[in-house]
Amino acid sequence: MSDQSQPIDFLGAYCPLPLTHSDQIVLGHGSGGRLTHDLVERVFAAHLSNPLLDQGDDGVGLPILDPEFELVVSTDSHIVSPIFFPGGDIGKLAVCGTVNDVSVMGAKPLYLTAGFILEEGLQVEVLEYLVKSMAIAAKEAGVAIVAGDTKVVERGKGDGVFINTSGIGVRPKSLRISGRNVKIGDQIILSGPIGEHGVAVLQARGELGFTSEIRSDVVPLNHMIANALEVGRQSEENAIHAMRDPTRGGLATTLNESARQSNVGIVVEEAAIPILETVSSVCEMLGFDPLYMANEGKCVFFVDRKYTDSVLRVIRSHEYGSCAAVIGEVVAQHPQKVLLRTTMGSTRLLDMLSGEMLPRIC
Amino acid sequence: MESKLRSGFREPKLVQAKIRQIEKIVTRPWAIMEICGGQTHAIKKFGLDQLLPPQIEFIHGPGCPVCVTSLELVDKALEIASMPNVIFTSYGDMLRVPGSNGDLFTVKANGGDVRVVYSPLDTLKIAQENPQKEVVFFAIGFETTAPANAMCILQAQTLKIDNFSMLVSHVCVPPAIRAILSSPSNRVQGFLAAGHVCTVMGYWEYLPIAQEYRIPIVVTGFEPLDILEGVYRVVRQLEMGTFEVENAYSRLVTYEGNISAQKVIHQVFEVCDRKWRGIGVIPQSGWKLRPEFVKYDAESRFDIQSITTQESSICISGLVLQGLKKPYECAAFGTLCTPQNPLGATMVSSEGACAAYYHYSRNIDVPNVNHV
Repeated sequence: MSDQSQPIDFLGAYCPLPLTHSDQIVLGHGSGGRLTHDLVERVFAAHLSNPLLDQGDDGVGLPILDPEFELVVSTDSHIVSPIFFPGGDIGKLAVCGTVNDVSVMGAKPLYLTAGFILEEGLQVEVLEYLVKSMAIAAKEAGVAIVAGDTKVVERGKGDGVFINTSGIGVRPKSLRISGRNVKIGDQIILSGPIGEHGVAVLQARGELGFTSEIRSDVVPLNHMIANALEVGRQSEENAIHAMRDPTRGGLATTLNESARQSNVGIVVEEAAIPILETVSSVCEMLGFDPLYMANEGKCVFFVDRKYTDSVLRVIRSHEYGSCAAVIGEVVAQHPQKVLLRTTMGSTRLLDMLSGEMLPRIC
Repeated sequence: MESKLRSGFREPKLVQAKIRQIEKIVTRPWAIMEICGGQTHAIKKFGLDQLLPPQIEFIHGPGCPVCVTSLELVDKALEIASMPNVIFTSYGDMLRVPGSNGDLFTVKANGGDVRVVYSPLDTLKIAQENPQKEVVFFAIGFETTAPANAMCILQAQTLKIDNFSMLVSHVCVPPAIRAILSSPSNRVQGFLAAGHVCTVMGYWEYLPIAQEYRIPIVVTGFEPLDILEGVYRVVRQLEMGTFEVENAYSRLVTYEGNISAQKVIHQVFEVCDRKWRGIGVIPQSGWKLRPEFVKYDAESRFDIQSITTQESSICISGLVLQGLKKPYECAAFGTLCTPQNPLGATMVSSEGACAAYYHYSRNIDVPNVNHV
């Protein structure tokens, strides 16, 4: 509504610069253009920088292997809600989850790739926190994040952030570690108490109406596993026949998968399974069974019984395995089935989880 | 590593001692019904049926609220939950119960807003946060869940929450016991009454039943020792030929029950005939909202009155719920009918008899198993 009698003051005019959107994710951050580059520089490269990642090409060249070794590859998409929970966050989970998957194959994890799907509106501060968290976990595990990708989806089409990580590791060809390699007579070692991650995430959703000190057990297990794998290597024997990390579906599901893969029977002693009292109480109250709750920092070892004591000693000497216990054994009877000897002295089937675990009515 | 709250009731030595006590007094076979699905679950989970002498047979009663909710009502729930302006809330284990056409998970996958709540009061919060939506709670259960559901209605009234209603499917234990005992094919000789139901209602209602049908009834808890104590007392009475009501769960249950809870129930609900899935209509066996609360009744709020349904012809859940068949006697058990693909409600809920057998004792030969 300028006054027409006055000359226009062009010195006061300005051209509005595009917003930098440095605080919040917008669709443009996934465009591949300047916003994407800014985000990569400021958030990803700043925390994950290493010579391989810094090349900035469409892919990454990795050094060729010693022919005595083979590659192990694993991939996992992480969609945990909420993205922060007691004891961790989706960033730490994305690194540890894949590091552990590669490690239980008997491999030394070396490299990770990370694909981010960000929801429009996510605070960049939050993203940066998660990336830092990934950097810390990767440093502890001794792996480098060597390639990455970012996409942005419209608000309402994501849950803040989803992270896919793929992991590459190497293992000696002589090491035959596989879920198919469980042997009759093996003893089963569990590296620590179960159910903490599952309960911590439930609690973080704020639906329980109470809180507790339970924290997710999410940690990288590769160093502990590497130490355990050393047992028996001097005599060129594999003390450990198989390893599994009991994540979704919990210990019960993992044991069932192993029994099926190797066509063996498994018997576990209920009294020997380490469970924190708070975890079992919370589960009891909600009608959940800790045997089916997710773990992110536990490993199940199937061990040649002449090495059980040595392997157990090595695992227990590591901070992430201090509560490790022998929980059962592999038998020829009832192939593909897992039986639980209850504390009462009875024996029952320990089944796989069917569908989603649902809180009971009463 | 057991919780202090319950470790004493799972102490293996005490369990063994109680079993020996039962072995000493039992002289012939007895068929005992545990009413509550929670007890069925515990019996199978702890393998108590293996530990007891072979003369004791458990008949698994109809006390799983998820299992006995009628197909018509499940179908009504599915229809309401599919409506575009509705947020449908439910206890978790109801989501997997099959209706004629899918379950609440299917509705959710097709875009319905279906949410799991841990308390009916959570639903009121959702209603307050979504004033433009109709928020409906699936109010199922026995006498145990009725007080909280009734309280929820009163709370909605006080807070003037008008976008809230309940699809009510409340059922009561004593009429079901009478129905079972009146059946010409009844085999039940003694009852373990459900401890949690009696915590609310007391056990005075069971006195006339015990006298009329000359059958011992023992109010029983849910931990292994609780259940064994209930079995011990029922067997003791059966062997002596008495038919009293005993309370083996006195740490929670009194003769008159929780009077305030009963007052709230009767303020909001009134007795009605109710159809039980697999059994049929049992007269005066349910609760519905009193007329003054009709505006909170989802059945009258939504136009869904005329649904009729057809149960699977293979499923024998009705016979299982009445204790006439064991789950493994069904041709479909573990083959056509599994927890992933349940044909009847007894396979759905973790407390259903078929699901308990499926999870804990399917296809295994355990030494000394009596009843599998």
